[in-house]
Amino acid sequence: MTPRRIVVGAHYGLGSWLAQRITAVIMALYSVILLGLFMTGRPISYGVWRDLFQNGWMRVATLLFAVSLAWHAWVGVRDIVMDYIKPDGLRLGLEVVTILVLAGYVGWTVQVLWR
Amino acid sequence: MSSAAAKRPRPKYLNLPAILFEIRLPMPAWVSILHRVSGTLLFFPFAAWLLYLLDTTLASEQGFARVKDHYLQLPVVKLALIVFIWAYAHHFCAGIRFLLLDLNMGIELAPARRSATAVIVMGLLLTAYCAWRIW
Repeated sequence: MTPRRIVVGAHYGLGSWLAQRITAVIMALYSVILLGLFMTGRPISYGVWRDLFQNGWMRVATLLFAVSLAWHAWVGVRDIVMDYIKPDGLRLGLEVVTILVLAGYVGWTVQVLWR
Repeated sequence: MSSAAAKRPRPKYLNLPAILFEIRLPMPAWVSILHRVSGTLLFFPFAAWLLYLLDTTLASEQGFARVKDHYLQLPVVKLALIVFIWAYAHHFCAGIRFLLLDLNMGIELAPARRSATAVIVMGLLLTAYCAWRIW
């Protein structure tokens, strides 16, 4: 008889893993679209640049990118911190700093987009 | 187990010189560690730097002109831009490889090693192309 598996932990691993992949696809699509806009060969003046980010869809897409980045980087940085930083206090400190930095990025993005 | 293997001191503790010079990491290991290195760099400082550039270029026409005609022309800034492009290109290519591996595509040893080499080469080629365009 197989012994019953004792599952421990907080059980959010699969969710984080999946979120990291979905946000990766969102950011990859945004990157390719933005690169495509740059590659049209049209010289980018201030007017072109400003108008691009005045589009409602571009603002929403950029905000979606920023939120995706924050979520994706949270999972990634947390993985790295858990792998290499052993002292609990330092690990917790770095995780808190990471959250603050990422939240700051999202806030800053909102501020830049909806000025 | 051969006697030579038995005599080697165990456990073997890994450190940076060992990883760089003593142990020959397979290509997929390089892709993985560089994915971490590039990801960390993109999280900080590059994301903050890009937001600063977006902020400045969108805030005013003067800011846009200052970034485009002066700031981005500085050699040290161009160098930073090239490092950013490498980090983005490598992270992008390696990420697509990982997504395909997650879908069970190319998970045999030989194709996984080939795709790892392809990722590293693609990252460097894209960086070289952009570096050539920037300078």
